[in-house]
Amino acid sequence: MYLTREEEKMYEGEFGEAVRISMEILVTLGDIYDADRLINISSAQVSGASYKTIGDAGLEYLEDMVKNSATTSVYTTLNPIGMDLKRWEELNIPSNFAKKQIKIVKAYQKMGVTLSCTCTPYFCGNIPTFKSHIAWSESSAVIYANSVLGARTNREGGPSALAAAICGKTPRYGYHLEENRNPNVLVEVKEKLNGIDYAVLGYLIGKEINDKIPYFKMLNRPDVDDLKNLGAALASAGAVALYHIEGVTPEYSLIDKNEFEDKITVTKKDLKAAKEELSTTNEKPEIVCIGCPHSSIQDIKKVAEIVANKKLNCDLWVCTSLSTKIMADRMGYTKIIEKSGGKILCDTCMVVTPIEDLGYKTIGVDSAKAAIYLPSNNLDVIFNDLNNLI
Amino acid sequence: MNVRVISKGNAKGKPLVSNEPLSFLGGVDPKTGKVIDPRHPLKGKSIKNKILIIPGGKGSTVGSYVLYQLAKNKTAPAGIICIKAEPIVAVGAIIAKIPLVDGITIEDMEKLSKCHEVEIKNGKIKMIKK
Repeated sequence: MYLTREEEKMYEGEFGEAVRISMEILVTLGDIYDADRLINISSAQVSGASYKTIGDAGLEYLEDMVKNSATTSVYTTLNPIGMDLKRWEELNIPSNFAKKQIKIVKAYQKMGVTLSCTCTPYFCGNIPTFKSHIAWSESSAVIYANSVLGARTNREGGPSALAAAICGKTPRYGYHLEENRNPNVLVEVKEKLNGIDYAVLGYLIGKEINDKIPYFKMLNRPDVDDLKNLGAALASAGAVALYHIEGVTPEYSLIDKNEFEDKITVTKKDLKAAKEELSTTNEKPEIVCIGCPHSSIQDIKKVAEIVANKKLNCDLWVCTSLSTKIMADRMGYTKIIEKSGGKILCDTCMVVTPIEDLGYKTIGVDSAKAAIYLPSNNLDVIFNDLNNLI
Repeated sequence: MNVRVISKGNAKGKPLVSNEPLSFLGGVDPKTGKVIDPRHPLKGKSIKNKILIIPGGKGSTVGSYVLYQLAKNKTAPAGIICIKAEPIVAVGAIIAKIPLVDGITIEDMEKLSKCHEVEIKNGKIKMIKK
């Protein structure tokens, strides 16, 4: 791979050990994937922020990077962490977990990472422009940035996104190249979609096509939350990093649509069968969790409308970012939800918090992504829309 | 054997071979270096100071950090040889400073499993018979 003189100096360690090791990661990935050179990026989204997922190993790596004076050189936001930074005690998060989690957060802060603690950075100010090159991890954010915003990113892992954030560069391969952004599977949806149908559709297609690029023809027009939920499901049921929707996403008219290897037709029956697959039990949920990916202010408004003047007979968590929570406070949604017995939590979600240690056995979700991941935490899942869950 | 250097450095040790990819997160105990994945053929074996010979890594990207932790705990393999190194094992080996090469074949794997010791030196693999 070609390196500029400046990049060579970075690689040789002239800018310190943190830059050197980050460059080594980027150059090696570039060599593995036949990149010709590095490109400058305008933003990064770093995953690997919850102590539950990265453990002592990740914490040690991050603290060593701080010791080596690591600092980010582009706008970098952080994925959700393992707990609400303000309310962890009230939620019975073990204090050892909290101690380690706070160390991780401090390490990222010292590197200049904005402590957004959300998987929806595009709702909180990290909004890449069309065709800009970025290095994002967090598969649901990657697919949103590629598909809805038309930015260019591969599916980075935590360490490679951090390396890119430090160097301000990423190897040029995969979704950074125009020719790799053309769709190869045509998906015709023959049913009007509503609410959780988008998550179900994403699950159905994701497991079918793995890392291919779908081109959807739909009967109706999804909104930003629908697109968020569709993408999260595609990226977790499969490894989809980019989708196009006719008449909706920004690249649909620019791409080459002559190379479909496959055509899938989706009917009402297909959606119903896929929806049933996402539940592992028929029992009542002990806790209902909304916000995977993190709830937008519109999502929270809907929750508030549903639970207003009710007393819930199960726990309810609405997971979101700090900035959205503040807006919900101001709109009075938080008060309505907390009055019904629910909680609006920031910084975390049901997938990255140590939820299995909190004594729950059954969990209700309206997210296909959460329904895919939670069974591996020994939880039985009920997948449905919020109205039917509570 | 023609190999590609992914993570620089030289290493020597007894070979530990499996034709199953290994997930380091949840698959290896960073304290002991033992394989703990119950479905993995190397279950119960220690990768510490061995030349680990696998098709590649798999699973979560957090696996890269587990390799780093193994190195800090001195329970890491001396070196790793892959058929094709994917990003998880590649990034993990770089940050942990474990020599890693890839590009061997399944037949090479078979030959290496019969060696007394295997050495990774200057980007080449040396087989040491008893």
